[in-house]
Amino acid sequence: MARVTQLQVNGRAYAVDVDAATSLLSILRDHVDLTGAKYGCGEGQCGACTVLIDGLPRRSCITQVGAVANKPITTIEGLAPSGGLHPLQQAFLDADALQCGYCSSGMILTAVALLKTNPDPTEQEIARFMNGNVCRCGTYLRIISAIRQGAKMLKEARS
Amino acid sequence: MNSTPVVSPYPEFEPERYEITSSPAHRFQPNRREFFKLLGGGIVVVCALNDTSAVQESGGGRRTFSESLPQEVSAWLHIGEEGAVTVYTGKVEVGQNTRTALTQAVAEELRVPSNLIRMVMGDTDLTPFDMGTFGSRSTPVMSPQLRRAAAAAREMLIDLATKHWNVERAGLVAAGGKIIDEARQRSAEYAELVKGQKVARTIAADQPLTPASGWKVMAQSLPKVNGRDFVTGRHRYTSDLKLPNMLYGKVLRPSAFGATLTSLDASEAKTMPGVTVIRDGDFVGVAAPSPELTARAVALLRAEWKSPPQSSGRQLFEDLKRNVVEGKGREGGFGHSVGSMDRIRAEATDQLQATYNVAYIAHTPLEPRAAVAEWKDDKLAVWTGTQRPFGVRSELAQVFRLPEDHVRVQVPDTGSGCGGKHTGEAAVEAARLARAAGRPVKLVWTREEEFTWAYFRPAGVIDVAGYLGHDGTITGWEFHNYNSGGAAIGTPYDIPNQHIQFHPAQSPLRQGSYRALAATANHFARESHMDDLARLVKMDPLEFRLKNLKDARLRSVFEAAAQKFGWGRARTSKGQGFGIAGGIEKGGHVATCAQVSVADAGKVQIVRVVTAFDCGAVVNPEHLRNQIEGATVMGIGGALFEAIAFEDGRILNGRFSSYRVPRFSDLPSIEVVLVDRQDQPSAGAGETPMVGLAPAVGNAVFDATGVRLRSLPMAPNGIKQQVASG
Repeated sequence: MARVTQLQVNGRAYAVDVDAATSLLSILRDHVDLTGAKYGCGEGQCGACTVLIDGLPRRSCITQVGAVANKPITTIEGLAPSGGLHPLQQAFLDADALQCGYCSSGMILTAVALLKTNPDPTEQEIARFMNGNVCRCGTYLRIISAIRQGAKMLKEARS
Repeated sequence: MNSTPVVSPYPEFEPERYEITSSPAHRFQPNRREFFKLLGGGIVVVCALNDTSAVQESGGGRRTFSESLPQEVSAWLHIGEEGAVTVYTGKVEVGQNTRTALTQAVAEELRVPSNLIRMVMGDTDLTPFDMGTFGSRSTPVMSPQLRRAAAAAREMLIDLATKHWNVERAGLVAAGGKIIDEARQRSAEYAELVKGQKVARTIAADQPLTPASGWKVMAQSLPKVNGRDFVTGRHRYTSDLKLPNMLYGKVLRPSAFGATLTSLDASEAKTMPGVTVIRDGDFVGVAAPSPELTARAVALLRAEWKSPPQSSGRQLFEDLKRNVVEGKGREGGFGHSVGSMDRIRAEATDQLQATYNVAYIAHTPLEPRAAVAEWKDDKLAVWTGTQRPFGVRSELAQVFRLPEDHVRVQVPDTGSGCGGKHTGEAAVEAARLARAAGRPVKLVWTREEEFTWAYFRPAGVIDVAGYLGHDGTITGWEFHNYNSGGAAIGTPYDIPNQHIQFHPAQSPLRQGSYRALAATANHFARESHMDDLARLVKMDPLEFRLKNLKDARLRSVFEAAAQKFGWGRARTSKGQGFGIAGGIEKGGHVATCAQVSVADAGKVQIVRVVTAFDCGAVVNPEHLRNQIEGATVMGIGGALFEAIAFEDGRILNGRFSSYRVPRFSDLPSIEVVLVDRQDQPSAGAGETPMVGLAPAVGNAVFDATGVRLRSLPMAPNGIKQQVASG
């Protein structure tokens, strides 16, 4: 069986020794101890495990670690410099866009990817892009307004 | 307010009847010395429940306690010598933001900034016994108790300041974490005052509280106190915990419910290095140093199961009515009658009877059940996401034949509960594996396990009959709920003749509480039926409700929702429909208006929802709105499309890919009207806001199409198909 011995996560190289067919989620959580990505369904249906690979949102629960061994991976822990908050994290707090918070890291990372390709999305565009992410507490409305707010903050930061 | 004095035969608060709610065998009772050893010096205030002796002894509701604490303690509060405020409560945080609301309650009365308060929640070694976090009880019950403790602590600090400065009490005020001597323009921090102190006090129920009109911290929208930990991924849910030397556990699940293990060949799995396999009766589990190894070992187990033939979801509703459980007391049914239904049946001008069905649904908390268990000698420590830490402690003590004080259950803030995490399955499984392996074990349920081996919101059948007089007055009301439950089974309308009955039945699936319990089902049946009765007498549904309703608070939320919604508007497009529904439950008064759009193909889209809610004095407006919006979204699933399919002891749709939960695409516009009643005690708000949604939507679908949907979910595949098959 092919092995994977190194992962690039949050700008840092992690030495691992795992079967290439193992799910990225499991490696991140159980081997690297980055637990921000969550297990929700194991079939890519809920988005709780979302991480960014090469800047694109990917379901880490159905991504084999062998497929991403040489690619930059960003988890929620690496989204903002240590101690700081990414504008979207701040926007989620400001909008109270969470209750239990279990979906938040997947929501925020998916939103980061959305704003990269569409810096000023409409509510409909947000809802369409985010539809694969489940929030069982039902804070969808607030997540939409947080993403709109985050977009504004990012735009201001750019100008 | 209600001029027809119908005495409710139901307790004001129905505990989850499906769960064990027995009192624990032991109560945590450290004495004074132990207390300070545990917490450090400073001052401690203990909230006594029903401690009448305290009142009698001191005559003033406060006393210095000696060596022992009262038997019934609900919470305690400690101000340490560094000024840190720590509050201990058995309540848990599952996303309802009670950690924030209770922090506000303490900050309000203690006059201390919220960020200096730490809440220790749901730790059976550190917090007093609590029955559980359910029934919308944290705000109406725990919050006032903590406020009393904080108010008492504030008064004790003022007492300490009088000694500190050798002055009279008059002129000393508490503010911003200090006692201020205004006349002499000096102040002392709480830390300064408690230094070197070891003062403990028990307070009784009459400690005066700041009235809602004077609230400065409560009634404000304090953001989630530890919100930052969640958006940064730093918070550790149970499933994120890691102990040194920890193994990963997994259970070999039976082939069907009720199956017994007839043979097990574990020889191959047992040869894998580091793998522990255990069989104990029908329980088979594996623990190994990595989740992958554990999964591989489980896959190598060869088991044969034998399961009894079991029923299927196809004849569920017939089964429930056929299998009614007779009996009295907790297990039996209950009901009440007023007036004479026999007379009314004969006299009524119009009558309408109908049957409503309610499917089993799954809670699907986004964080599935998980536990970490660690044994040290004969003492067991478990971390698990549960709404009943003390209940789970009892379960563990029972299963492992331990005294309760040998078991410690701790509940990290949990990835939602939805009423579905009252039990300790994962805790028991992890503890069994940890004992066998001699090392700590973490066990996280898969989504399929959560769908299959947790418990379901009860299915039910509800028969309703309404009887009307000439002028649209409801003269008689008959309501029979089979199996789904008794919450909100009564009617808030003023009806002189009533017969209302709950009939428990044998449930083919394991069932338990769900957010709002049976209030959702009972409101669906009652408020759908109310609409049909209104149409029978050709009255507007809102007008008909108000005609038969005296409760002022319910009337006012109906009116508030209708006004915001623009009730009475004419349809502007084909397929559009408007509906209204409401009711009273757990001290909350709710009314919901819904606008739907039904496409030609039968697809139902909820376009707009307006909910007006009165839960007394509002504690945190933004979090309350958040709860109401969230309850609305969660309610959409059960109203339109969620249903568990099962056959012969197996769940047929136990995955997110086959069980649909509400998503962004299902989201209507949601508007919330808060009816803030500062003159009323605060009621809980996590549950009741969802009960009006399903009937409001059903009534709107009827308005749009003339089709009455009497089964939850109402439109799993759009409505035409359902009408054709139903």
